[in-house]
Amino acid sequence: MIDTARLISRRKRQDMIFNVLGIACLSLGIVTLGALIFDLAADGMSRVNWQFLTSFVSRRASQAGVLSACVGSLLLMLVTVGLAVPMGVAAGVYLEEYSRRNWLTTIIEINIANLAGVPSIIYGLMALGVLVHTFHMGTTLLVGGITLALLILPIVIVATREALRAIPNGIREAAYALGATRWQVIKDHLLPYSAGGIATGTIIAMSRAIGETAPLVTIGVPTFIAFLPPAPFQSHFPFLTFKWLDSPFTVLPIQMYSWVSRPTADFQRNAAAAGLVLIIMTLSLNAAAIVIRYRLRKRIKW
Amino acid sequence: MVDTLSATIAAPSALKAEIKHLSFYYGDHQALKNVNLAIPINAVTALIGPSGCGKSTLLRCFNRMHDLYPGNRYAGEIVFKPGDVNIVSPRVDPMEMRLRVGMVFQKPNPFPKSIFENVAFGLRLKLIRDPRVLADRVESALRSAALWDEVKDRLKQSAYALSGGQQQRLCIARALAPEPEMLLFDEPTSALDPAATAHIEDLVYQLKDRLTIMIVTHNMQQAARVSDETVFLYHGEVIEADKTSTIFENPSKELTAEYLTGRFG
Repeated sequence: MIDTARLISRRKRQDMIFNVLGIACLSLGIVTLGALIFDLAADGMSRVNWQFLTSFVSRRASQAGVLSACVGSLLLMLVTVGLAVPMGVAAGVYLEEYSRRNWLTTIIEINIANLAGVPSIIYGLMALGVLVHTFHMGTTLLVGGITLALLILPIVIVATREALRAIPNGIREAAYALGATRWQVIKDHLLPYSAGGIATGTIIAMSRAIGETAPLVTIGVPTFIAFLPPAPFQSHFPFLTFKWLDSPFTVLPIQMYSWVSRPTADFQRNAAAAGLVLIIMTLSLNAAAIVIRYRLRKRIKW
Repeated sequence: MVDTLSATIAAPSALKAEIKHLSFYYGDHQALKNVNLAIPINAVTALIGPSGCGKSTLLRCFNRMHDLYPGNRYAGEIVFKPGDVNIVSPRVDPMEMRLRVGMVFQKPNPFPKSIFENVAFGLRLKLIRDPRVLADRVESALRSAALWDEVKDRLKQSAYALSGGQQQRLCIARALAPEPEMLLFDEPTSALDPAATAHIEDLVYQLKDRLTIMIVTHNMQQAARVSDETVFLYHGEVIEADKTSTIFENPSKELTAEYLTGRFG
């Protein structure tokens, strides 16, 4: 009896130790993040106002703002996600559902895993050499989007494959047994059931892309942009235009970087404020993506 | 020897399918060895035998499920009537066979969609789009699967809200909806409790008026209860095929008798 009691109390103690250890590790991360955000907020909060959000860059710190950087970041994300998700999902579906296991697909798989580990500046160098210099596409939103899309492509591919693998094989067999073609199985079953997992991967990928600076600096994204890209809508047919894809742009991290390198305290405050705006933008994009994912998952009734 | 056996099972005019010299290979492994069988129309044929004897392999030849995985190879013929289509010929589209031959799996595998959408999927594949026709066909399929009264008020609910036995009947309704000529059951009750099992067995018994049924089972009593013909397979070969009553009461092979009395398997 006594032995059992001691045994149990020892196990409870072990349980307790792990519990405390886990909470300690978790709080370390959260406290660090909180301190960072608090520091940014303490420095920059006073500058985050309507004037800051709606002004272009300026030589005078008090008149400067992040309008072009905000719009640039948002449009760049639109291009990046718009390119990376269709390509990544298609590649993931092909690898998981169509390709046979052979040496070629093995090499492709290893390379995708490696691609995820390539430093982002290498993608910038590649884009500079191929898109900007060879194809003379200039430093436009399209080129920036292609660069970041390639950067996050492996994340989307891997997320797609994992999500597809999580679908029980019985579901595939059931659909095929009713006489569905491969495309019907993918369109009516596999993609809807894996959409939540793909969305999670896309959220992670987007969070990474929105903070990227190095590849964009490499392709020559400027810091001083005092105009907005042309609007994507127009009053006459066909109402949508893609001229904005050809427009120069800047993004929040680059704007922030340029202000940080200024010696005056005014610009340092602007940099902190831009950092806050970037964090808020990232969190809101994530929140939007999580809402979309929740909607997608609710339609699937496991 | 086997050819004469298949002749005794049923008159040729009453056959749904005839298996001639069928062999099947998973890569280098030969899982079926020169199988010859006659499958009578509007009857239940049970496939029995120990694990790994090839009964599921044989069943899955009928709707070409093996084509989903690489490295599988068929040799020989399964002549399917009417039309005398050789099911396992590479020239025959697996999709065509799957529209004519339905399947119910071991574990209930409804789609994570509504009850209605589960049954409607096979109909949509046949390009039936009229909502009224869809609703009618879904209802009649659910009635045939003895599930209608339990689900008629909650067709929009998830199929996963149903119990295991109900899910399996939903899978039967889903397979019945496109009105196949033949239905394959791969151990349909092995994941179910005795009450749900009895329900499915009743269903199998009723359905044979409308279509031809093949059922793989590990449960001897089940084979005896539901089937008209029983085929005993061992190591990929047909050891004995005959009327179920003959197999169970008076098997002609020693091996069959030993398996039925539980001395191996």
